[in-house]
Amino acid sequence: MKKLRVLAGALASAVPALALAGYDVNIPAPKTPISLQIYGLHMEIMYVCLAIFVVVFGVMFYSLFAHRKSRGAVAAHFHENTTVEVIWTLIPFLILAVIAFPATKTVLAMKDASNPDMTIKVTAYQWKWQYDYLNDGLKLYATLSTPREQIGAPDAHGKVTNEHYLLETDNNVVVPVGKKIRLLITANDVIHGWYVPQLGVNQYGIPGFIKDAWFQANEPGVYRGQCSQICGKEHGYMPIVVEAKSAEDYAAWVKEQKAKQAADAAPAEKVSLADPVVR
Amino acid sequence: MEASHAHAHDDHHHAPTGLARYFTTTNHKDIGSMYMWFSLIMFFVGGFMALVIRAELFQPGIQIVNPDVFNQLTTIHALVMIFGAVMPAFVGFANWQIPLMVGASDMAFARMNNWSFWLMPPAATLLVGSFLVPGGAAGSGWTLYPPLSIQGGISVDMTILAVHIMGASSIMGSINIITTILNMRAPGMTLMRMPMFVWTWLITAYLLIAVMPVLAGAVTMLLTDRHFGTHFFNAAGGGDPTMFMHIFWFFGHPEVYIMILPAFGIISHIIPTFARKQLFGYSSMVYATASIALLSFIVWGHHMFTVGMPAAGNLFFMYATMLIAVPTGVKVFNWIATMWRGSITFETPMLFAVGFVSLFTIGGFSGLVLAVTPVDITLHNTYYVVAHFHYVLFSGAIFSIMGGAYYWLPKWTGHMYDETLGKLHFWLTAISFNITFFPQHFLGLAGMPRRIPDYAPQFTEFNQISSIGAFLLGFSQLLFLYVVIKCIRGGAKAEAKAWEGAEGLEWTVPSPAPYHTFETPPQFH
Amino acid sequence: MSSTTHDVYYVPAPSKWPVVGSTALFLLACGFISLLHFGHTQGVVLLGAGFATLTYMLFGWFGNVIHESETGKYNEQVDASFRWSMGWFIFSEVMFFAAFFGALFYARQMSVPLLGDVDNQLVWPGFKPGWPSAGPYIGTEFHPMSAWGLPAINTLLLLTSGVTVTWAHWALKAGNRTQLNLGLAATIALGLIFLFCQMTEYGEAAFSLATGVYGATFFMLTGFHGFHVTLGTLMLIVILGRCLRGHFTPEHHFAFEAVSWYWHFVDVVWLGLFVFVYWL
Ligand code: HEA
Ligand code: HEA
Ligand code: CUA
Ligand SMILES: [Cu+2]
Repeated sequence: MKKLRVLAGALASAVPALALAGYDVNIPAPKTPISLQIYGLHMEIMYVCLAIFVVVFGVMFYSLFAHRKSRGAVAAHFHENTTVEVIWTLIPFLILAVIAFPATKTVLAMKDASNPDMTIKVTAYQWKWQYDYLNDGLKLYATLSTPREQIGAPDAHGKVTNEHYLLETDNNVVVPVGKKIRLLITANDVIHGWYVPQLGVNQYGIPGFIKDAWFQANEPGVYRGQCSQICGKEHGYMPIVVEAKSAEDYAAWVKEQKAKQAADAAPAEKVSLADPVVR
Repeated sequence: MEASHAHAHDDHHHAPTGLARYFTTTNHKDIGSMYMWFSLIMFFVGGFMALVIRAELFQPGIQIVNPDVFNQLTTIHALVMIFGAVMPAFVGFANWQIPLMVGASDMAFARMNNWSFWLMPPAATLLVGSFLVPGGAAGSGWTLYPPLSIQGGISVDMTILAVHIMGASSIMGSINIITTILNMRAPGMTLMRMPMFVWTWLITAYLLIAVMPVLAGAVTMLLTDRHFGTHFFNAAGGGDPTMFMHIFWFFGHPEVYIMILPAFGIISHIIPTFARKQLFGYSSMVYATASIALLSFIVWGHHMFTVGMPAAGNLFFMYATMLIAVPTGVKVFNWIATMWRGSITFETPMLFAVGFVSLFTIGGFSGLVLAVTPVDITLHNTYYVVAHFHYVLFSGAIFSIMGGAYYWLPKWTGHMYDETLGKLHFWLTAISFNITFFPQHFLGLAGMPRRIPDYAPQFTEFNQISSIGAFLLGFSQLLFLYVVIKCIRGGAKAEAKAWEGAEGLEWTVPSPAPYHTFETPPQFH
Repeated sequence: MSSTTHDVYYVPAPSKWPVVGSTALFLLACGFISLLHFGHTQGVVLLGAGFATLTYMLFGWFGNVIHESETGKYNEQVDASFRWSMGWFIFSEVMFFAAFFGALFYARQMSVPLLGDVDNQLVWPGFKPGWPSAGPYIGTEFHPMSAWGLPAINTLLLLTSGVTVTWAHWALKAGNRTQLNLGLAATIALGLIFLFCQMTEYGEAAFSLATGVYGATFFMLTGFHGFHVTLGTLMLIVILGRCLRGHFTPEHHFAFEAVSWYWHFVDVVWLGLFVFVYWL
């Protein structure tokens, strides 16, 4: 019984903490046409499941309540009925068909990376990202910029001091807003995953293969994500930060980057893709 | 019953005693008990790793284990739980119950049965022992995707060989079970009159024989890629890491149903017993189980929506996966119809069964959410998936195992367990389970990836709740251990038919079931 | 109730063989790992111990089974159990080969063509897909195995051996021991010749296990098949030995049938190999 009380205590203390913090209990705000559809689909399915749950378990809990032996219930003898079996086979089937229809449309849209406005090649390494802007001739590497000292050491309250702890990079991927950006994603050593929830993209980079994905940011902003496929010890430390900027800001950024790259004494490191597996 | 009369053959006279009895036994009850104990031990070992994981995730930053060890714990936690805890537990039930339920004297191949069991400890030694070798255990996740698993050290080879040995054990065990069911049923027990647990195991054994060799093939290719220069999973030689995923999940998805179909079987015995009413829709239950098994072969791609399959592939796997909800729903509805207008009491097994039906369904629903490709894109490899599979695995498989243990303990030990403690164990488990895993849905929706030792601060609160829940959940299981030991040691004497509403041949033999039962087959009516 | 016609099902006495077998596999696993990682001596010693234990177990266990069989402990029902189990065991073997055939089809139909598509030109400029292929990086020139030399002869050998083993079976059922022994001996001889040809073919192969996905699928598929032929031949030899000792009756000889089922299975796998690995 003591355990129960501890438990109740833990629960009770958890609830206000939640309410105060106002944490998201849902997918982060969608920022592309595709992620908007994903958001909608998720809501739809969740409500359908919720409704089924309430109905089905309403029935079950009613039965558990009403047909208890202690209330004097005597067991009935029926144990078969083909009609109800057919009904409860067909109804879920129809519900699923209703869900599948919009989902199909989104899958087709998601997979259609044709006619992009620009293309970025993304190469994943243990543990950093390389971005090649194929149209603008830019190349940059993005690595985690949270200071290493912070990682082992949250403060006395177990809080980390850095606002974007683990979700910040030294070089963000900058893209123009409102443009269809095609990503050609690959990896150089092991499988990684390029995952930015708000942009509706989650695509493995597979060593030796190019896989594509696309997004189109609706509004300027900074969108954060992480590597989504385990890739070794620093898997938790390869964030992705995408900055969507207006066309002018983007152009200015490209110019600035070009200047920076030209000023760099050492030419960008030549990476051999010929040997995709580090042995 | 003539079950207890002296046995005809001369072989048992000089049966060894002590430890040697268990090393050499050919008795399905001994072997069943060994499986159950092995499973419980592995459950604690795997659970211990989970608790270390949860402790590390209590707050952002690295506190307890370094990222390497964290990945190793995740990997071995999963392998130990799946291959060491859940599967052996179900084989343990099969060993104890199937001969009793179909009226057979023992398993069809009693000696091979013992071999199936005794392959498990060496395999577990390889698996868990791999923490001790240079470089530590495999850290690639239980899915062992190359090229990451190619990079690993000795431990990956140990894991591969452990999988081979466990696979051999599973295949032999399954052949034994199938043969027992098909060939050793008591006269009069036609296929469509078999107890549901027997049916679900028949289908499970079929799945096992179909997919364990495929897993063996996959890890063999991994082994040759690692050491013998092949390029199955290496683009440089024309291979493809994705190929491993396809082969792995061709095994992997049926594997998850291997871990749930016997659970369905157990639940289909508990609910009628405590509702004192015959199972509703027996034949549709059989067909539903078979449909789930058949569909399970064509849905593996839902683990791979983010590898970049063509749209047609994604759509096919999405539709096929969604279809599985239909037969599973039939099962859920039939259970509820069984309860309907029954005469229900809530002994511990029934509590676990009701918990199973409601919580497994939550896991099924989150599975359905994941089945919808676009939604999976945003949830793949986040904690939403972790929440999904712990709902189906813990409040699914493990709940049924515990419920089944309470249900049959009287038959196995001859004593009733302590009902008050049993109920307490259920409530502690059910509540702390939800505290542990429900918040993980929110973490996943918010985008927290799985298999990370450290996370961004906005995920802190839910992780803390989850960690607290995990410790409660873990320590509640010590109560289970206590109840089981107490029940073996003593307690109220169990009747042959320990539960008022119980049906089936196993309740016709005394409790505890004598060492040899049904040496001449009973007539089944 | 006890008037049923079923007599008791044979349940063997407690036996040490399972634990001996597990010890053997554990030693083999440890030996193999040592060989890969810790140097030669240790590995060889452990592997040797493992093989010795395994052999001991096989002789002991099968010795028991044969003894039980010959002393009439197995009734009809036990015989039926053996049939079911052998069938399911062969099914498991089929699925094992399915994994490797799957790899072959996947490489041919998916990964190699994909590596040569437009997008992948970024990674592998100039790679031309086709089959056989050793991939874009390993892809040195090599001569794939042709179907119409030794492989075709091997096909004939195995098909013939399927006939001879059936001939032996008919002879057994007809009680003709001479023909039985002859048929078995011929089958074994054909199996051995097949293995010899296979070794020759390997010796002449102009590529290796490391020659990309072609070499990998070729050698793994034919290698595992060859391993199964070896096992099958050994089993046939055991059966021949038992026949020579006068075991089996025209009605009761499932051990023989099990081995011949296995042999036919190995035969069918070969046909798959011949068509998909060598020919197409
Ligand atoms: C016992 C184990 C088990 C079971 C039973 C299931 C059952 C299901 N699983 Fe789950 N799954 C796992 C274990 C299991 N899973 C594991 C371990 C993983 C992760 C592996 C890894 O990556 O490590 C996983 C991952 C996983 C994924 C991949 C997620 C990802 O990595 O991105 C998906 C996607 O489709 C999925 C779907 C489903 C579905 C649709 C079911 C269905 O079978 C569920 C069907 C049940 C119901 C739907 C509820 C009852 C039905 C009704 C009440 C009827 C009415 C309902 C409707 C009409 C909606 N599972
Ligand atoms: C049947 C399968 C099963 C079961 C029962 C569990 C049980 C639990 N799992 Fe498991 N889990 C998996 C299968 C399972 N898991 C799989 C397949 C993965 C995926 C791995 C991967 O990504 O590759 C996973 C991953 C996984 C993760 C994600 C890790 C990551 O992504 O990095 C987490 C995190 O919270 C977790 C937690 C837990 C917890 C808290 C329990 C609890 O239920 C455990 C309850 C605790 C106990 C039973 C312990 C009792 C012990 C004591 C009281 C201490 C005394 C100790 C001794 C005597 C030794 N699991
Ligand atoms: Cu890169 Cu995980
Ligand atoms: Cu699945």
